[in-house]
Amino acid sequence: MNIHSVLIANRGEIAVRINRACRALDLRTVQIHSSADRDSLAVRLADQAIEIGPPPAAKSYLKIDAIVEAARASGADAVHPGYGFLAENADFADAVTAAGLIFIGPDGDAIRLLGDKVAARQVAANAGVPTVPGSTARLSDVDAGLALAERIGYPVMIKAAAGGGGRGIRVVQNGEEFARQFPQAAAEAAAAFGDGGLYVEKMIASARHIEVQILGDGQRFVHCFERECSLQRRRQKVWEEAPAFDLNAQVRTAMCTAAVKLAAQVRYKGAGTVEFLYDRATESFYFIEVNTRIQVEHPVTEMITGLDLVAEMIRIAGGERLSIEQDDVQINGHAIECRINAEDPAKNFLPGPGTITRLSVPGGDGVRFDSMLFEGYTVPPFYDSLLGKLIVHERDRARCLSRLREVLRGLVIEGVPTTLALHAALAADAAVASGAIDTRFLEGWLEHAFPAPTKR
Amino acid sequence: MSKHQVLSPLPGTFYRKPAPDQPPFKAAGAAVAVGDVLGLVEIMKNFQEVVAEVAGRAIQFMVEDGEAIDAEQLIAEIEV
Repeated sequence: MNIHSVLIANRGEIAVRINRACRALDLRTVQIHSSADRDSLAVRLADQAIEIGPPPAAKSYLKIDAIVEAARASGADAVHPGYGFLAENADFADAVTAAGLIFIGPDGDAIRLLGDKVAARQVAANAGVPTVPGSTARLSDVDAGLALAERIGYPVMIKAAAGGGGRGIRVVQNGEEFARQFPQAAAEAAAAFGDGGLYVEKMIASARHIEVQILGDGQRFVHCFERECSLQRRRQKVWEEAPAFDLNAQVRTAMCTAAVKLAAQVRYKGAGTVEFLYDRATESFYFIEVNTRIQVEHPVTEMITGLDLVAEMIRIAGGERLSIEQDDVQINGHAIECRINAEDPAKNFLPGPGTITRLSVPGGDGVRFDSMLFEGYTVPPFYDSLLGKLIVHERDRARCLSRLREVLRGLVIEGVPTTLALHAALAADAAVASGAIDTRFLEGWLEHAFPAPTKR
Repeated sequence: MSKHQVLSPLPGTFYRKPAPDQPPFKAAGAAVAVGDVLGLVEIMKNFQEVVAEVAGRAIQFMVEDGEAIDAEQLIAEIEV
């Protein structure tokens, strides 16, 4: 492999995770950080650390020039972007490549193509993958949008072409709302993404979010089965599982095959995720978007397949062929991940930074805690609130839920508010256990069923 | 003439503008009415408004747009 040293252009738990993958491959690590992250676990673990700016991300983790310069100065030969920050920024990928370094992910053109949500829908359609009924191109004006919405039927979603990850979406119920929201959506998209382009998709009334993990080396493409990610609050995932429960074998095969076809269509290189909406009533699925990076929830896939996805994406970037054939990827058991945030569920999820005064993590077979926490660590206020991800793996879903309840009782994080109580309540909830969930379940449940009546 | 100190309720990043390409909520030296938005504090990707509790004839900022701040840090002074 032609990578010997990796610059980690991220922070928090994913920087720690990338460091671990590099160790497994015997690679040297260079950790960039802001002045707020000097004492972070990622900095402690790395062979070399380079401070690139003050705490606000716009002046540090989003500074393309400073990061590329750090990579050059440190002698790193590759850059891993993690997720968030610059992970899906095509200009960053181009800048890394232009500096003679390897970007661990697909190239700038692929990121640009798939990052444009309208173009990505076209790629999916060309690969024969079903898409949510809606636009085939950006909307030229409000009248074109109204005509299309009328044809596909309300409610519809107005989405930003440059959006993604749940951002830049408005749901409208009728033509009057459409006409009112359209200009606002365009202005908001222009401000948030520097691109005011909009498109329309039909709103699927009750859908689950199911996504397929893919790997490609530019010539061969495999899937690593799917994840179920329907439990979301404000379109942000809270809890993920693999495999998706209650999915019949034919649908699973069709969905995974569709994802591989899409990957082949763009000669995908790296690890990626193809997201679908799944309508259980009709057993149909629809493409929504591709994420051209490692995802937060990748560990559930690793637990059931035994793969190291981060190591795999580094090897691919280093010029190696995929180390596996499709038949090598098998589902073994069930895994659930809880995203533990520094937020208080009793105070409308108000975030709270602070110092970790006590940390106790249960161990044992099938338990994994991906985190950057240690006792005495001060969680800074400048970045997102993710403290860690608790992942539990068992033979089947029922055992997995039972094990998760037990492990959650043993996990102690003191000094900052956490969402542990939310996860404990979800793990004990009858609707979650029966699988009667969709993407709108959690927000309703938070109003009616949480906090749960006091009991043990 | 006295000065009213505006302290940040939270640690995080202080913004004087609603968005990067928009003018500031309050120009330096501008008059302030009770309830006026003076800026935003971003804490873990949540945005909280900093609102004037007093009226005054002019405001001066001690913190630049996009600067990191601590809780209770002085961010502005209002001449009342």
